[in-house]
Amino acid sequence: MKMRISLFKGLHAEPPPWLRVALAVLPFILFLAIYLFAAEIRHQENPQDKLLPTLTKIALAVEKVAIDPDPRSGNILLWQDTAASLKRLVLGVSIASIIGFFLGLNMGLLPGIRGLSLTFLTFIANIPPLAILPILFITFGVDQLGKVMLIILGTFPLIARDIYLETSKIPTNVVVKALTLGASQFGVIYRVVMPQILPRLIDTVRLVLGAAWLFLIASEAIASQDGLGYRIFLVRRYLSMDIIIVYVLWITMLAYAFDIFLRLLVSWLFPWYSAGKKD
Amino acid sequence: MHKSPDEYLLYCEDVTKAYGSKVVLEDIDLAVKHKEFCTVVGPSGCGKSTLLRLILGQERISSGTMLIDGAALHQPSPDRGIVYQKYSLFPHLTILENIMAGKQLSQPLWKKFSTRKTARDEAMVYLESVQLAEHAAKYPHQLSGGMQQRVAIAQALIMHPRVLLMDEPFGALDPGTRETMQLLILEIWEKYGMTIFFVTHDLEEAVFLGTRILVISQFYIHETKPPEESHGSRIVADYKLNDNAYSTRVKQTAAFGELIQTIRYEGFNPEVKQNAHDFNLTHSDSFVTYVGEK
Repeated sequence: MKMRISLFKGLHAEPPPWLRVALAVLPFILFLAIYLFAAEIRHQENPQDKLLPTLTKIALAVEKVAIDPDPRSGNILLWQDTAASLKRLVLGVSIASIIGFFLGLNMGLLPGIRGLSLTFLTFIANIPPLAILPILFITFGVDQLGKVMLIILGTFPLIARDIYLETSKIPTNVVVKALTLGASQFGVIYRVVMPQILPRLIDTVRLVLGAAWLFLIASEAIASQDGLGYRIFLVRRYLSMDIIIVYVLWITMLAYAFDIFLRLLVSWLFPWYSAGKKD
Repeated sequence: MHKSPDEYLLYCEDVTKAYGSKVVLEDIDLAVKHKEFCTVVGPSGCGKSTLLRLILGQERISSGTMLIDGAALHQPSPDRGIVYQKYSLFPHLTILENIMAGKQLSQPLWKKFSTRKTARDEAMVYLESVQLAEHAAKYPHQLSGGMQQRVAIAQALIMHPRVLLMDEPFGALDPGTRETMQLLILEIWEKYGMTIFFVTHDLEEAVFLGTRILVISQFYIHETKPPEESHGSRIVADYKLNDNAYSTRVKQTAAFGELIQTIRYEGFNPEVKQNAHDFNLTHSDSFVTYVGEK
């Protein structure tokens, strides 16, 4: 007799490919259906309802921000805001990655550097970054620098600590082996261990990007002339839920695209990384 | 009963290694000639791997003298190669690059590309000598355990170390692969003429491979300390072994089996404790600097 294998229920379930796709799509469809149903009910009561805009209203909002130029500035708002925000985000996360990576790497391997910075870094990492935003705005100005600094200060301790932990996991055997193969101390750090930690940096950046977006939008909401966060908080004054929804979806898609891109980058640049980890 | 340090590749006198209050090795006296194939056995936890790490320079002795070629030990360096049971290979490099690593890492970074061709050719020779040429482009995780250890041996060999240290290198391999590897390492030892220190928990392997076997054990009666007080391990037996037979058939002979039984009795049985002055140190290079009163 053939053993019955459950499609969905239990530890041993084996959903076939079609079901996997269906399962992944289902929550989206359910959520959309509930939303549209609720929007329809509200619009029957009041056709001017702003809280739950219908698909037609959202489509009009897309046209307004992403296709038609802004009547005042002549720019297309969504692109202008995206460019401004991404510049801050990429700049901040890049600088934080470089600082965090080299700090974590050296802390993981050099007892002196570890002794000097581990306690301090752990302390710094526990400062809530948004709490020092006023200090950053006062010190670095409300222009670009203040926002980029918030992203850097908010994410570099996370990156440094994660890279430090990953570097500490490198077996002593690997370091000793490299020394017996004639590597210098510099060579051990930057030619043997660093290449083994690099893929982890990309994984870490994937994780801290969520926090980076938070800091970006928060700082743009408070003081800015452009940017995705600025726009959302600007149109909030007019209860323009349609534009907010378009912007939130756009930000989500950008973040999701980054995540997929970085994941593919790891498997493309470091084919040994995920395969070797499974042992 | 001192020996002259100059005649020996490795010379240890009264070497003790302790971690805090826990003494692992105590009063180790050992002199080993160049080109010896020295196997090290002992019960688990006796400190045989510790002895290896001391020779390597990965750890420092707590007291005593330890000389290599008459000079004090320093940090790990290319004159002493190492093959571990695990984590010997760099996971981010291909097999060929792993073997090239020694040639490349000992060069400054700016010479990496100008020396690449010669390093690659030389690495291929070593890769062929361990019969893995067709796997050059693969990564370590794609190879079986036995193949990975062969790569690790080739990786160490390319530096022409005077001493090759091996810490249970075949411990994780299945019996068939193990025997193939044993013959391979004997071949390599013969061909390249280096000193090998080979730590294993497998007595049969130790007796089969070595020209000299050191039994390290914590099961003995100390001259001065009472039995209930803990003491570090010592060399409790030291034999010269027959010249290597290049056939695994010697493993079936009676003498082979008897020697294993003797060593198991002398070193591995917690119930059997010899007095320190009764140790079976028959090897001609063996010496003891201090033995308490009878």
